[in-house]
Amino acid sequence: MFLADVIGTVVAPIQIPELNGGKLLLLRPVTPDGRRTGKTRVALDRAGAGVGDRVLVVDEGNSARGILGNPKAAVKTVIVGVVDYVEADTRLYDHRTPRKHGNPA
Amino acid sequence: MYLARVTGRLVATQRYTGLDGVALQWIQPLDEDGKSMGDQMVACAAISSGPGDLVMFVDGREAAMACPVTFVPVDAAIVGFVEQAISKGVPIGRGAAGVS
Repeated sequence: MFLADVIGTVVAPIQIPELNGGKLLLLRPVTPDGRRTGKTRVALDRAGAGVGDRVLVVDEGNSARGILGNPKAAVKTVIVGVVDYVEADTRLYDHRTPRKHGNPA
Repeated sequence: MYLARVTGRLVATQRYTGLDGVALQWIQPLDEDGKSMGDQMVACAAISSGPGDLVMFVDGREAAMACPVTFVPVDAAIVGFVEQAISKGVPIGRGAAGVS
């Protein structure tokens, strides 16, 4: 799993059925102190996340299929949590910031 | 999944049997600013997309699962036509073909 900032939204009217019209959010993988790391991704939201949140993201097929309850789903990147804070390297990173864009999750 | 721009098509009539009837397209992965991210690659189009389109693709084993014939040797598959992608409040590219 990795940590990421939700930086945007994606609308894909034509999609494979397994995505089932779920909310798609644009992610910037980050380190606890907010530095960008890894590739920009699109994830299926399963934690009620919105733009401006820092989230926990599963990036592996079997786990994603378990979450979706669909053994044939061609999905692997799923948001599974909205992070309150992170304790890492003896430091505390508090992410409970108010939502910047007031996205009605 | 990743955002990408479909930049072309690829035809390989002589190919592995599992790839029959699978549309192969050139895609350029895009980052949060809509700029090129990494190299272009060939993906199997699990949905109807064409050159110029903004799409989403998945890589790895999931790509084989997205194609009509599951477990075909494919490591990238287009799984969504993106009509709109907003990044940091700014739309990335345009979904429609030809509009950059």
